[in-house]
Amino acid sequence: MLNCDAAVVGGGVVGAAIAYGLAELKLDTILIDEGDVAFRAARGNFGLVWVQSKGIGCPPYSSLTRRSADNWPRLAAQVKEVTGVDLAYGRQGGVHLCLGEQEFKERSALMKQLKAETEGHFQFEMLDHRTLSELLPGLGQDVVGGSYSSLDGHANPLFLLRGLHAGFRERAGRALINAPVHRIRPHGGVFDVEAGNETVRAQKLVLAAGLANAKLAPEVGLRVPVHPLRGQILVSEKVRSFLRIPTLHVRQTSEGSVLMGDSHEDVGFDDGTRPDIMVEIARRATRAFPFLRSARIVRAWGALRVMTPDGIPIYDQSASCPGAFCASAHSGITLAATHAFDFPRWIVAGELPPELGAFSARRFDVH
Amino acid sequence: MFTNIGIRDRDFVRVIFEDQEIMVPQGHTVAAVLLAEGIRSCRETPVSGAPRGPYCMMGICFECLVVIDGEPNQQACMRHVREGMSIERQHGVAQIGPDANAAQDPAE
Amino acid sequence: MKSHYQLAIVGAGPAGMAAAAAAAECGATSVVFDEQPAPGGQIYRAVETPAAVDRAILGVDYWRGAELAKTLRDCGVDYVPGATVWQVSPTREIGVTVDGTAMLITADQVIVATGALERPFPVPGWTLPSVMTAGSAQVLLKSAALAADGAVFAGTGPLLYLVAWQYVQAGVAVKAVLDTTPISNYFRATRHLAGALRAPQYLMKGIRLLRGIKKAGVPLIRGVRDLRMRGDDAVSAVEYRRGHDWQRIEADQVFLHQGVVPNVNLSYSIGCRHTWNEAQLCWQATTDSWGESTVEGVAIAGDGAGINGALAAEYQGRIAALGALYRLGTIDADERARRAAPARAALAAERRIRPFLETLYRPPKYFRVPPDDQTVVCRCEEVDVAAIRKAVAVGCVGPNQLKSFSRCGMGPCQGRLCGLTVSELIADFTDLPVSEIGYYRLRPPIKPLLLAELAELQTPAASDR
Repeated sequence: MLNCDAAVVGGGVVGAAIAYGLAELKLDTILIDEGDVAFRAARGNFGLVWVQSKGIGCPPYSSLTRRSADNWPRLAAQVKEVTGVDLAYGRQGGVHLCLGEQEFKERSALMKQLKAETEGHFQFEMLDHRTLSELLPGLGQDVVGGSYSSLDGHANPLFLLRGLHAGFRERAGRALINAPVHRIRPHGGVFDVEAGNETVRAQKLVLAAGLANAKLAPEVGLRVPVHPLRGQILVSEKVRSFLRIPTLHVRQTSEGSVLMGDSHEDVGFDDGTRPDIMVEIARRATRAFPFLRSARIVRAWGALRVMTPDGIPIYDQSASCPGAFCASAHSGITLAATHAFDFPRWIVAGELPPELGAFSARRFDVH
Repeated sequence: MFTNIGIRDRDFVRVIFEDQEIMVPQGHTVAAVLLAEGIRSCRETPVSGAPRGPYCMMGICFECLVVIDGEPNQQACMRHVREGMSIERQHGVAQIGPDANAAQDPAE
Repeated sequence: MKSHYQLAIVGAGPAGMAAAAAAAECGATSVVFDEQPAPGGQIYRAVETPAAVDRAILGVDYWRGAELAKTLRDCGVDYVPGATVWQVSPTREIGVTVDGTAMLITADQVIVATGALERPFPVPGWTLPSVMTAGSAQVLLKSAALAADGAVFAGTGPLLYLVAWQYVQAGVAVKAVLDTTPISNYFRATRHLAGALRAPQYLMKGIRLLRGIKKAGVPLIRGVRDLRMRGDDAVSAVEYRRGHDWQRIEADQVFLHQGVVPNVNLSYSIGCRHTWNEAQLCWQATTDSWGESTVEGVAIAGDGAGINGALAAEYQGRIAALGALYRLGTIDADERARRAAPARAALAAERRIRPFLETLYRPPKYFRVPPDDQTVVCRCEEVDVAAIRKAVAVGCVGPNQLKSFSRCGMGPCQGRLCGLTVSELIADFTDLPVSEIGYYRLRPPIKPLLLAELAELQTPAASDR
């Protein structure tokens, strides 16, 4: 039996961020993780710290996203200081490219809506082809324009995952790896988590197990209706730095690789790759930047996003088992700063703030 | 240093390595040509700039990357010589598209 | 080339060529894709048009490939050279690029005959220019009549001695052969001598090679247990140790070799189950007695399913083809058994020598799990032992997490030159068996694919949009 203040189930980017933050608050924390081939959404992540598409029609989500994006510089600096891992974070703004007038018109309307809903906190500009070309040299003729927001940025999602794990350990966090959770037993205000061959007894419990949250949550009186949504990514060989500002579908990493995405496919638990989707991604990317035609794909990747029915994260504390929390989000990179800085404080306080009410799974209850 | 141990009759083709014209036997791979010419390093890595040369000669290691007819990252051991082919060393990453570092300084 | 075949074979080495011949005998519509411009694979590379004038240099065994190549050309299957297969899906949809054009075709049955590659040999300085593999020396000899004067050969295994012998035959000076076979292996191997004596031709060949090398006055230095390559812009010397003291040999060309292992990138990317072969220290696809993998309709033939050598590959290719023909309904079970019987008998005879060879030439741990922190493991992303050690220390439990944490295995070679080292290193750091560590999860495309090719690819689903 391993005793601790807090157990976090899930070593993906959501769980690792929360565990990192709990350890910073001096809670004796155990991070429980699966093995090497777990469905790890962070590995298939595009690496955007993205504000301009989040929370349209849901102001609390937009506000949470902005808050996290605003805290990202602090997160990147802190992880670097504690672990030496450079997250390759930059907030150069971001662009959503529009291929065709129709896309441009629709995008423009959405951005206006988001600005209105956030009482002007969300800032954006719609840029035409010419203005955008100055920002993004090499832009193809098919791009009629796009939306630009200075609030956006990007980082290396893999290094984030590594940095959070390293930071967690640096702060005396303990990790239990290769330990899938079979069962959770709440009793007398504590939680016994049976994981691998071990039992972890924790005062507080955080479920951040991605898709597995759906199955684990009911054991502590929570409900997390998440389903997999596959996204595929193509990764090119390293090419000369051409793209300083990330776009939603094409991003260049600090090493020079070009990432191309992003597909949304409802395919159940199949995290493979499919040629027809790869072709679609390649066509969109080469229309956006025609010179990419002479770049080579060295890897393709499929990963499963953790989707809620409405695409908005779920954060809850169990009513029947206080002390048990859950966090399920598909934007684990963007929300990393909130997961690392805010969520742990709320857990320690034993209470989620009222503005988080919008994220409770109770919103799915039939009235 | 690689030397010819007695090659069968073959036609020769002319290739251009950087600025130098070389007559090479038809059927040779580009990597074989470089080795025969005593060119030991054909690229510098994108990560550290370390020099590298052909290693496996069977298309699996991607160490022998060169620029062929302007196209970067070509596997020299998998490409066969053709009349007039231009071959250059590969310096770091593929040089395609605009250069964001150059674009930093707008001309106006 | 058609858009659909009953049987598609990937690779035109001995296994692929023999499979094609067997399929042709029974009249299945078949295609053979191969990356090289001519048939033969690596073992019979350039066998139709060998570069060197002197045929004797390569030894008699090489010429067996000429007959196989002729059969492949004449048997009526579609043979597509210069074809890079970058994906085979579990439903047998094959992505292939020929002459810069990518296309998708389908097949009812697939035989993966992608052969072997040389085991990584991570020693300090192995990334320096002019440090190459013994296999590469042989490719240059066969296809370009090129040999390096004054080279040092270092390592263990039949191919190392064969190439050194071929150099001697060609009258090329060999500076030294540094033999890394542990002396204890000789004692262990004697246990398997009885089996080896039932295949005396291999023992005789080995003895003949070593005698030829020594007779030519090449220093054969045994019991080498430490190696490092020296040089700035290219190798200029090899340093080695047998006991305490380092010795130095000036050399501007070094060939390394410590055995061959299955080339598993395609079979892994299809989703075939693989297991760790402790005798051969490699991952290999799990197959049934007809070569079929755990993915229905996908068979693995030849060294890709475990190292047995060129002759065995031929027999396995034939057996795998008969298995595929049976599944296609082209032949019945009786005919399958009848046609396979001679190949099975020959295969069994071929395998007798294996336990002896595997024991004798088992590369020692200190050359598989590099002890030196600065040794580069992943050549593409330049990740060294220290970086992997660090990643494991922060909770990296396997090769896939290691990829994320360190970029190890993320370059264009897709782990072919580091995968085995990584599995064994993590096993060593975590004190777990390699079988529990696993391998990289590989996905198509398994070879770099030009974005233009992909964008122009006609797929049933994509062209509808």
